[in-house]
Amino acid sequence: MHELSIISHIVEIATTEAQKVGMNRVEAIELEIGELAGIEFSALDFAWEVGVSQSVLENAECLIHRVAGKAKCGHCGKVFDMQVLFDPCPECGSYENTVIKGKELVIKTLTFTTT
Amino acid sequence: MCTTCGCGQTDSTIKIVEINTPSVKFQSGKTVLQIEQDILGKNNLYAEKNREFFQKNHILAINLVSSPGSGKTAILEQTLQYMKGRIPCFVIEGDQQTCNDADRIAVTGAPVIQINTGKGCHLEANMVHHALEKLQPVEHSIVFIENVGNLVCPAMFDLGEGARVVMVSVTEGDDKPLKYPDMFHSSQLCIINKMDLLPYVDFDVEKVKEYARRVSHITEFIEISAKTGKGMSQWYQWLKTH
Repeated sequence: MHELSIISHIVEIATTEAQKVGMNRVEAIELEIGELAGIEFSALDFAWEVGVSQSVLENAECLIHRVAGKAKCGHCGKVFDMQVLFDPCPECGSYENTVIKGKELVIKTLTFTTT
Repeated sequence: MCTTCGCGQTDSTIKIVEINTPSVKFQSGKTVLQIEQDILGKNNLYAEKNREFFQKNHILAINLVSSPGSGKTAILEQTLQYMKGRIPCFVIEGDQQTCNDADRIAVTGAPVIQINTGKGCHLEANMVHHALEKLQPVEHSIVFIENVGNLVCPAMFDLGEGARVVMVSVTEGDDKPLKYPDMFHSSQLCIINKMDLLPYVDFDVEKVKEYARRVSHITEFIEISAKTGKGMSQWYQWLKTH
Protein backbone atom coordinates (compact mmCIF):
# COMPACT_ATOMS: atom_id res chain seq x y z
CA MET A 1 0.00 0.00 0.00
CA HIS A 2 2.25 2.78 -1.30
CA GLU A 3 -0.67 5.22 -1.10
CA LEU A 4 0.17 5.75 2.60
CA SER A 5 3.73 6.77 1.72
CA ILE A 6 2.38 9.01 -1.04
CA ILE A 7 0.23 10.68 1.64
CA SER A 8 3.28 11.11 3.88
CA HIS A 9 5.06 12.88 0.99
CA ILE A 10 2.00 15.13 0.62
CA VAL A 11 2.02 15.88 4.37
CA GLU A 12 5.73 16.74 4.23
CA ILE A 13 5.26 19.22 1.38
CA ALA A 14 2.14 20.76 2.96
CA THR A 15 3.95 21.15 6.31
CA THR A 16 6.91 22.90 4.68
CA GLU A 17 4.65 25.24 2.70
CA ALA A 18 2.46 26.00 5.74
CA GLN A 19 5.53 26.87 7.81
CA LYS A 20 6.71 29.27 5.09
CA VAL A 21 3.51 31.31 5.45
CA GLY A 22 3.32 30.92 9.22
CA MET A 23 0.27 28.65 9.27
CA ASN A 24 -0.31 25.49 11.25
CA ARG A 25 -3.48 24.28 9.61
CA VAL A 26 -4.44 23.70 5.97
CA GLU A 27 -8.10 24.13 5.21
CA ALA A 28 -8.15 22.55 1.76
CA ILE A 29 -5.77 20.82 -0.57
CA GLU A 30 -6.15 20.25 -4.30
CA LEU A 31 -4.32 17.40 -5.98
CA GLU A 32 -3.97 16.37 -9.59
CA ILE A 33 -3.55 12.63 -10.04
CA GLY A 34 -3.36 10.79 -13.34
CA GLU A 35 -5.26 7.56 -13.81
CA LEU A 36 -2.07 5.88 -15.03
CA ALA A 37 0.08 7.17 -12.16
CA GLY A 38 -0.15 3.91 -10.23
CA ILE A 39 -2.45 5.24 -7.52
CA GLU A 40 -5.47 3.27 -6.41
CA PHE A 41 -7.97 5.99 -5.58
CA SER A 42 -9.95 3.83 -3.15
CA ALA A 43 -6.74 2.94 -1.27
CA LEU A 44 -5.77 6.62 -1.12
CA ASP A 45 -9.19 7.43 0.28
CA PHE A 46 -8.92 4.57 2.78
CA ALA A 47 -5.50 5.70 4.03
CA TRP A 48 -6.07 9.47 3.95
CA GLU A 49 -7.56 9.97 7.40
CA VAL A 50 -4.85 7.96 9.15
CA GLY A 51 -2.10 9.41 6.94
CA VAL A 52 -2.92 13.05 7.70
CA SER A 53 -3.84 12.69 11.38
CA GLN A 54 -1.97 15.03 13.73
CA SER A 55 -0.53 16.95 10.79
CA VAL A 56 -1.33 20.33 9.19
CA LEU A 57 -3.68 18.42 6.88
CA GLU A 58 -5.85 16.92 9.61
CA ASN A 59 -9.50 17.69 8.77
CA ALA A 60 -8.48 19.48 5.56
CA GLU A 61 -10.80 19.14 2.60
CA CYS A 62 -9.09 17.14 -0.11
CA LEU A 63 -10.09 17.64 -3.70
CA ILE A 64 -8.58 15.42 -6.36
CA HIS A 65 -8.64 16.21 -10.05
CA ARG A 66 -8.38 12.93 -11.93
CA VAL A 67 -6.55 13.15 -15.23
CA ALA A 68 -7.60 10.60 -17.83
CA GLY A 69 -4.85 8.65 -19.55
CA LYS A 70 -3.81 9.45 -23.12
CA ALA A 71 -1.26 7.69 -25.28
CA LYS A 72 0.32 8.14 -28.68
CA CYS A 73 0.73 5.14 -30.95
CA GLY A 74 4.34 4.57 -31.97
CA HIS A 75 3.19 2.86 -35.14
CA CYS A 76 0.53 5.09 -36.71
CA GLY A 77 0.80 8.18 -34.51
CA LYS A 78 -2.81 8.19 -33.33
CA VAL A 79 -3.47 9.84 -29.97
CA PHE A 80 -6.07 7.89 -28.01
CA ASP A 81 -7.65 7.50 -24.57
CA MET A 82 -5.83 4.90 -22.48
CA GLN A 83 -7.54 3.27 -19.51
CA VAL A 84 -4.86 0.67 -18.78
CA LEU A 85 -1.22 0.46 -19.87
CA PHE A 86 -1.89 -2.51 -22.17
CA ASP A 87 -4.65 -0.88 -24.22
CA PRO A 88 -3.81 -1.31 -27.92
CA CYS A 89 -4.08 1.53 -30.43
CA PRO A 90 -7.73 1.58 -31.59
CA GLU A 91 -6.59 2.49 -35.12
CA CYS A 92 -3.93 -0.12 -35.91
CA GLY A 93 -3.93 -2.47 -32.89
CA SER A 94 -0.28 -1.75 -31.96
CA TYR A 95 0.94 -2.00 -28.37
CA GLU A 96 3.90 0.28 -29.05
CA ASN A 97 2.37 3.24 -27.30
CA THR A 98 3.80 6.10 -25.30
CA VAL A 99 1.81 7.55 -22.40
CA ILE A 100 1.45 11.31 -22.89
CA LYS A 101 -1.10 12.07 -20.14
CA GLY A 102 -2.28 10.38 -16.95
CA LYS A 103 0.98 10.08 -14.99
CA GLU A 104 0.44 13.33 -13.04
CA LEU A 105 1.03 13.35 -9.29
CA VAL A 106 0.91 16.99 -8.24
CA ILE A 107 -0.20 19.21 -5.36
CA LYS A 108 -1.95 22.10 -7.09
CA THR A 109 -3.06 24.36 -4.25
CA LEU A 110 -3.18 24.71 -0.51
CA THR A 111 -5.85 26.90 1.10
CA PHE A 112 -5.44 28.57 4.49
CA THR A 113 -7.91 30.58 6.53
CA THR A 114 -6.37 33.94 7.22
CA THR A 115 -9.03 35.64 9.30
CA MET B 1 -18.90 -0.88 -2.16
CA CYS B 2 -15.46 -0.42 -0.69
CA THR B 3 -12.90 -2.05 -3.01
CA THR B 4 -10.26 -2.43 -0.30
CA CYS B 5 -12.06 -4.91 1.93
CA GLY B 6 -15.43 -5.43 0.24
CA CYS B 7 -17.40 -3.80 3.07
CA GLY B 8 -20.47 -1.74 2.30
CA GLN B 9 -18.95 1.51 3.51
CA THR B 10 -19.25 4.32 0.99
CA ASP B 11 -18.16 7.26 3.14
CA SER B 12 -15.28 9.09 1.53
CA THR B 13 -12.84 11.33 3.26
CA ILE B 14 -11.62 12.71 -0.05
CA LYS B 15 -13.55 14.05 -2.99
CA ILE B 16 -12.62 12.98 -6.48
CA VAL B 17 -13.64 15.01 -9.51
CA GLU B 18 -12.91 14.71 -13.20
CA ILE B 19 -10.45 17.22 -14.58
CA ASN B 20 -11.88 20.38 -16.20
CA THR B 21 -14.71 20.61 -13.68
CA PRO B 22 -14.72 24.02 -11.96
CA SER B 23 -12.33 24.28 -9.05
CA VAL B 24 -13.48 25.07 -5.55
CA LYS B 25 -14.70 28.61 -5.10
CA PHE B 26 -12.62 30.37 -2.49
CA GLN B 27 -14.18 32.94 -0.21
CA SER B 28 -12.62 36.05 1.20
CA GLY B 29 -10.45 35.64 4.27
CA LYS B 30 -8.72 32.68 2.69
CA THR B 31 -5.35 32.40 1.07
CA VAL B 32 -4.85 30.01 -1.79
CA LEU B 33 -1.27 28.98 -2.49
CA GLN B 34 -0.72 27.74 -6.04
CA ILE B 35 2.21 25.46 -5.28
CA GLU B 36 2.15 23.06 -8.27
CA GLN B 37 4.57 20.67 -6.60
CA ASP B 38 5.36 17.16 -7.76
CA ILE B 39 4.39 14.86 -4.88
CA LEU B 40 7.40 12.67 -5.61
CA GLY B 41 9.65 15.70 -6.14
CA LYS B 42 11.90 14.92 -3.19
CA ASN B 43 12.26 11.28 -4.20
CA ASN B 44 13.06 12.31 -7.77
CA LEU B 45 15.64 14.82 -6.55
CA TYR B 46 17.47 12.07 -4.63
CA ALA B 47 17.08 9.75 -7.62
CA GLU B 48 18.81 12.33 -9.83
CA LYS B 49 21.63 12.71 -7.27
CA ASN B 50 22.08 8.92 -7.28
CA ARG B 51 21.98 8.79 -11.07
CA GLU B 52 24.63 11.53 -11.32
CA PHE B 53 26.84 9.62 -8.87
CA PHE B 54 26.46 6.39 -10.87
CA GLN B 55 27.19 8.08 -14.19
CA LYS B 56 30.16 10.04 -12.91
CA ASN B 57 31.73 6.85 -11.53
CA HIS B 58 30.75 4.63 -14.48
CA ILE B 59 28.69 2.41 -12.21
CA LEU B 60 25.92 0.19 -13.55
CA ALA B 61 23.04 0.34 -11.04
CA ILE B 62 20.37 -2.34 -11.30
CA ASN B 63 17.03 -2.06 -9.53
CA LEU B 64 15.89 -5.67 -9.17
CA VAL B 65 12.14 -6.03 -8.62
CA SER B 66 9.76 -8.98 -8.33
CA SER B 67 7.16 -10.66 -6.12
CA PRO B 68 8.49 -12.20 -2.91
CA GLY B 69 10.04 -15.59 -3.63
CA SER B 70 10.80 -15.19 -7.35
CA GLY B 71 14.50 -15.77 -6.66
CA LYS B 72 16.08 -12.31 -6.62
CA THR B 73 18.53 -13.21 -3.87
CA ALA B 74 19.33 -16.60 -5.43
CA ILE B 75 20.22 -14.96 -8.74
CA LEU B 76 22.33 -12.37 -6.97
CA GLU B 77 24.25 -15.09 -5.09
CA GLN B 78 25.09 -16.84 -8.37
CA THR B 79 25.93 -13.57 -10.11
CA LEU B 80 28.23 -12.37 -7.32
CA GLN B 81 30.13 -15.67 -7.32
CA TYR B 82 30.63 -15.39 -11.09
CA MET B 83 31.66 -11.72 -11.00
CA LYS B 84 34.36 -12.35 -8.36
CA GLY B 85 37.67 -11.24 -9.88
CA ARG B 86 35.87 -9.92 -12.97
CA ILE B 87 33.78 -6.85 -12.03
CA PRO B 88 33.52 -5.41 -8.48
CA CYS B 89 29.95 -5.69 -7.21
CA PHE B 90 28.08 -4.00 -4.36
CA VAL B 91 24.64 -4.84 -3.02
CA ILE B 92 21.84 -2.90 -1.34
CA GLU B 93 19.19 -5.20 0.13
CA GLY B 94 15.67 -3.96 0.81
CA ASP B 95 13.31 -5.91 3.08
CA GLN B 96 10.70 -4.96 5.63
CA GLN B 97 12.47 -6.94 8.34
CA THR B 98 15.53 -9.14 9.01
CA CYS B 99 19.07 -9.19 7.66
CA ASN B 100 18.63 -12.68 6.19
CA ASP B 101 19.24 -11.61 2.60
CA ALA B 102 22.25 -9.48 3.49
CA ASP B 103 23.70 -12.44 5.40
CA ARG B 104 23.31 -14.65 2.31
CA ILE B 105 24.96 -12.01 0.12
CA ALA B 106 27.79 -11.44 2.62
CA VAL B 107 28.82 -15.10 2.19
CA THR B 108 29.80 -14.32 -1.41
CA GLY B 109 32.23 -11.67 -0.14
CA ALA B 110 30.46 -8.75 -1.83
CA PRO B 111 30.01 -5.59 0.29
CA VAL B 112 26.34 -5.34 1.24
CA ILE B 113 24.04 -2.97 3.11
CA GLN B 114 20.66 -4.06 4.39
CA ILE B 115 17.84 -1.52 4.50
CA ASN B 116 14.87 -2.48 6.64
CA THR B 117 11.87 -0.46 5.55
CA GLY B 118 9.77 -1.46 8.58
CA LYS B 119 6.17 -0.92 7.52
CA GLY B 120 7.33 0.44 4.15
CA CYS B 121 6.60 -1.66 1.06
CA HIS B 122 9.31 -0.30 -1.25
CA LEU B 123 12.70 1.42 -1.32
CA GLU B 124 12.88 5.17 -1.89
CA ALA B 125 15.71 7.12 -3.47
CA ASN B 126 16.86 8.79 -0.24
CA MET B 127 17.31 5.37 1.43
CA VAL B 128 19.51 4.29 -1.46
CA HIS B 129 21.38 7.61 -1.30
CA HIS B 130 22.30 7.08 2.36
CA ALA B 131 23.16 3.42 1.75
CA LEU B 132 25.55 4.50 -1.03
CA GLU B 133 27.33 6.86 1.38
CA LYS B 134 28.10 3.88 3.60
CA LEU B 135 28.69 1.35 0.84
CA GLN B 136 31.08 3.56 -1.19
CA PRO B 137 31.04 1.60 -4.45
CA VAL B 138 34.17 1.97 -6.58
CA GLU B 139 34.39 3.18 -10.19
CA HIS B 140 33.44 0.77 -13.00
CA SER B 141 31.47 -1.47 -10.63
CA ILE B 142 27.94 -2.85 -10.53
CA VAL B 143 25.52 -1.89 -7.74
CA PHE B 144 22.62 -4.31 -7.37
CA ILE B 145 19.64 -2.88 -5.51
CA GLU B 146 17.33 -5.71 -4.47
CA ASN B 147 14.02 -4.01 -3.87
CA VAL B 148 11.36 -5.18 -1.42
CA GLY B 149 9.54 -8.21 -2.87
CA ASN B 150 6.43 -6.51 -4.20
CA LEU B 151 5.20 -6.06 -7.78
CA VAL B 152 3.13 -2.96 -7.04
CA CYS B 153 4.65 -0.27 -4.85
CA PRO B 154 8.31 -0.14 -6.00
CA ALA B 155 7.12 0.74 -9.53
CA MET B 156 6.43 4.36 -8.59
CA PHE B 157 9.78 5.14 -7.02
CA ASP B 158 12.74 6.01 -9.22
CA LEU B 159 15.94 5.14 -7.32
CA GLY B 160 18.28 6.65 -9.91
CA GLU B 161 19.10 3.23 -11.33
CA GLY B 162 20.56 2.71 -14.79
CA ALA B 163 18.18 -0.17 -15.48
CA ARG B 164 15.16 -1.73 -13.86
CA VAL B 165 15.03 -5.49 -14.11
CA VAL B 166 11.76 -7.27 -13.34
CA MET B 167 11.79 -10.96 -12.44
CA VAL B 168 9.02 -13.49 -12.66
CA SER B 169 9.30 -17.21 -11.89
CA VAL B 170 7.46 -20.04 -13.62
CA THR B 171 5.75 -21.02 -10.36
CA GLU B 172 3.78 -17.76 -10.60
CA GLY B 173 0.97 -16.98 -13.04
CA ASP B 174 1.95 -16.12 -16.63
CA ASP B 175 -0.52 -13.21 -16.55
CA LYS B 176 1.64 -11.24 -14.05
CA PRO B 177 2.45 -8.48 -16.61
CA LEU B 178 -1.26 -7.72 -17.09
CA LYS B 179 -2.04 -7.93 -13.38
CA TYR B 180 0.85 -5.64 -12.43
CA PRO B 181 1.33 -3.51 -15.55
CA ASP B 182 3.10 -0.55 -13.89
CA MET B 183 6.09 -2.63 -12.87
CA PHE B 184 6.53 -4.23 -16.28
CA HIS B 185 5.93 -0.91 -18.01
CA SER B 186 8.84 0.71 -16.21
CA SER B 187 11.32 -2.17 -16.65
CA GLN B 188 13.93 -2.65 -19.36
CA LEU B 189 14.56 -6.36 -18.92
CA CYS B 190 12.40 -9.28 -17.79
CA ILE B 191 14.09 -12.34 -16.29
CA ILE B 192 12.07 -15.55 -16.19
CA ASN B 193 13.45 -17.69 -13.36
CA LYS B 194 13.05 -21.30 -12.14
CA MET B 195 13.00 -22.60 -15.72
CA ASP B 196 14.07 -26.02 -14.33
CA LEU B 197 10.55 -26.33 -12.87
CA LEU B 198 8.77 -25.59 -16.18
CA PRO B 199 7.84 -29.26 -16.91
CA TYR B 200 5.91 -29.44 -13.64
CA VAL B 201 3.82 -26.26 -13.84
CA ASP B 202 1.19 -24.71 -16.11
CA PHE B 203 3.25 -21.69 -17.11
CA ASP B 204 3.31 -20.53 -20.72
CA VAL B 205 6.63 -18.76 -21.40
CA GLU B 206 5.47 -17.32 -24.72
CA LYS B 207 2.32 -15.98 -23.10
CA VAL B 208 4.18 -14.10 -20.36
CA LYS B 209 6.39 -12.53 -23.04
CA GLU B 210 3.42 -11.56 -25.16
CA TYR B 211 1.69 -9.95 -22.16
CA ALA B 212 4.85 -8.11 -21.14
CA ARG B 213 5.24 -6.76 -24.69
CA ARG B 214 1.69 -5.43 -24.55
CA VAL B 215 2.53 -3.44 -21.44
CA SER B 216 5.97 -2.33 -22.56
CA HIS B 217 7.48 -2.72 -26.03
CA ILE B 218 11.02 -2.28 -24.71
CA THR B 219 11.16 -5.36 -22.50
CA GLU B 220 13.92 -7.89 -23.26
CA PHE B 221 13.72 -11.43 -21.87
CA ILE B 222 16.22 -13.86 -20.40
CA GLU B 223 15.15 -17.36 -19.32
CA ILE B 224 17.21 -18.74 -16.48
CA SER B 225 17.43 -21.16 -13.61
CA ALA B 226 19.39 -19.81 -10.66
CA LYS B 227 19.44 -23.35 -9.29
CA THR B 228 20.96 -25.18 -12.28
CA GLY B 229 22.76 -22.16 -13.76
CA LYS B 230 21.01 -22.53 -17.12
CA GLY B 231 20.76 -19.21 -18.98
CA MET B 232 22.91 -17.36 -16.44
CA SER B 233 25.63 -16.68 -19.06
CA GLN B 234 23.09 -14.66 -21.06
CA TRP B 235 22.39 -12.57 -17.97
CA TYR B 236 26.12 -12.01 -17.36
CA GLN B 237 26.48 -10.97 -21.00
CA TRP B 238 23.60 -8.54 -20.61
CA LEU B 239 25.30 -6.99 -17.55
CA LYS B 240 28.61 -6.66 -19.39
CA THR B 241 27.03 -4.83 -22.33
CA HIS B 242 25.09 -2.37 -20.18
